[in-house]
Amino acid sequence: MAFEQQARTSSLLLRQGKMKRVLGSCLSWLYLACIYGFIFLPVAVLVLFSFQDGRLPVPPFNGVSLQWYEAVFADRKLMAALANSFLVATTSSIVACALGFLAAYALARYRLPGSAWQRGLLIAPMTVSYLIIALGLLAVLNTLGIPLSLWTVGIGHVVINLPLCFAIIYASMGDHHINIERAARDLGASDFKVMTLVTAPMLMPSIMAAFFLSVTFSWDEFIIAFLLSRFDVTLPVEIWSMLRSGLNPKTNAIGSLVFLISVAVLLVLELALFGRSRKS
Amino acid sequence: MTTATLEQSEHRKAWGLVAPALLWTVAFFVIPFLYMAAMSLWSRQGREILRVWNLDNYARFFNESALLRGLTNSLEITLTVTVLSVLLAYPLAWIIAERVPKRWQRMALILAILPFWTSYVVRSYSWLLVLSKGGVINQALLGIGLISEPLEIASNRTATVIGFVHFFVMLLTLTIYSNLIQLSPNYRRAAADLGANAFQTFWHVILPLTLPGVMTGAFLTFVLCIGDYITPQILGGNNELVLPQIIMLQIGRRADFPMAAALSIILMLAVTAAYVLCARWLKIERA
Repeated sequence: MAFEQQARTSSLLLRQGKMKRVLGSCLSWLYLACIYGFIFLPVAVLVLFSFQDGRLPVPPFNGVSLQWYEAVFADRKLMAALANSFLVATTSSIVACALGFLAAYALARYRLPGSAWQRGLLIAPMTVSYLIIALGLLAVLNTLGIPLSLWTVGIGHVVINLPLCFAIIYASMGDHHINIERAARDLGASDFKVMTLVTAPMLMPSIMAAFFLSVTFSWDEFIIAFLLSRFDVTLPVEIWSMLRSGLNPKTNAIGSLVFLISVAVLLVLELALFGRSRKS
Repeated sequence: MTTATLEQSEHRKAWGLVAPALLWTVAFFVIPFLYMAAMSLWSRQGREILRVWNLDNYARFFNESALLRGLTNSLEITLTVTVLSVLLAYPLAWIIAERVPKRWQRMALILAILPFWTSYVVRSYSWLLVLSKGGVINQALLGIGLISEPLEIASNRTATVIGFVHFFVMLLTLTIYSNLIQLSPNYRRAAADLGANAFQTFWHVILPLTLPGVMTGAFLTFVLCIGDYITPQILGGNNELVLPQIIMLQIGRRADFPMAAALSIILMLAVTAAYVLCARWLKIERA
């Protein structure tokens, strides 16, 4: 009797547990659906209404048209801004990576007095808002009478990306590389050769990661580019000035294009860089 | 060559390598920052900057309610955004780590942060498309007859918060997920063996173990959110200005660099205060 009852309650408990689990996973999937909806809503609207056949990028959707993409490609200022952004992003990232690599090499391979302070100093700009970095540079440039240009934007972007590049490359400089460098030195390689022909290739994955990360940061950076440029502007600044005309499908079109390019770059990176390192 | 001179030449080499990065940081970050800090103690007369040392700018900040309001607006919005983002991102990261099959997790994560890669300016703009008077939400609600007048959801604090939360949910999901999957399953097993139910396991074991990661993400959210100008400028309207907007007004319309510098220092102090408050959770342990 007692045994039967026990069996019945335990089977009831089991069923309850199963119900709970099904309910739990239903709730999980519902939550997932809602939050993905929230995350993708603005992007979906942005892309959809870039094809709007009409003057306003809001409902109702009048039909598919490519006129706004044509307008984007016909816009000289926008295309110039695109080229400027590309130039500033690649140049400043190359400089940031080079300086970061040299500093990381020196601090990881040599014993220098005050190296903790030096590391702290190199990382410091990371903790300060871009707005404040831009303001400080602007104040100094104004006082010295240096005109604003793409160069000043590039200088600002190196300031924000150098800590990042240094930190990434420094973190990947493991001690296990030292023996290989020593071997190269024993075989008669100069310090410069060891650094460029041995260390740099060994660290290439992290150097590339640092490079592409700082390209994306520079590419998307607004406040420094806005405050430190005058006539030649980068893409985010040009898009910003387009916003003054209010809602416009052309802004949707350039926004969708930038999104498409970023996702394409991301895919290439995922497949070429990180995909390979995962296999090995 | 004696060891002493060898060491000296090694030193010189190392200094040569580290010098460019240090010089760059000092010339374009430290000096401008110190210059700005000094400038915050000067004052403006018309278009000229008077190099007379005083605390007038800071005094004005505490006496002018429009300026002080900027700081409180900033703090209120930033705290709301940080809390909301953590509350929304944690379950998402947890579901991806626990409920989604292993082989789909990477895909689910990449999908969850895909809109991260739209341009920052464009992301705020696209929320305008959703929230504005003629926007998607209002049109949908009007269409199904739930409301008869379009709601005022753009150009106010709600819109700013939504725009921010959208961005930081993606960021926090990434950091919290990477924290969750690093946890050894043994913790969960041990808790189960000791008789804890699912909720107890989560509350007493999983959550405390992921707290440092959550706090790091939350601190990052705080820093990026309180210093941002774009999102409130595009989505927030002109009624409730935040500190970065007021800073931009000083250098734009009023050409008051000393005041802008003082406000920047105050912004930095707010970030430092947040750091001090979070510091005990922010200790990043080395695995």
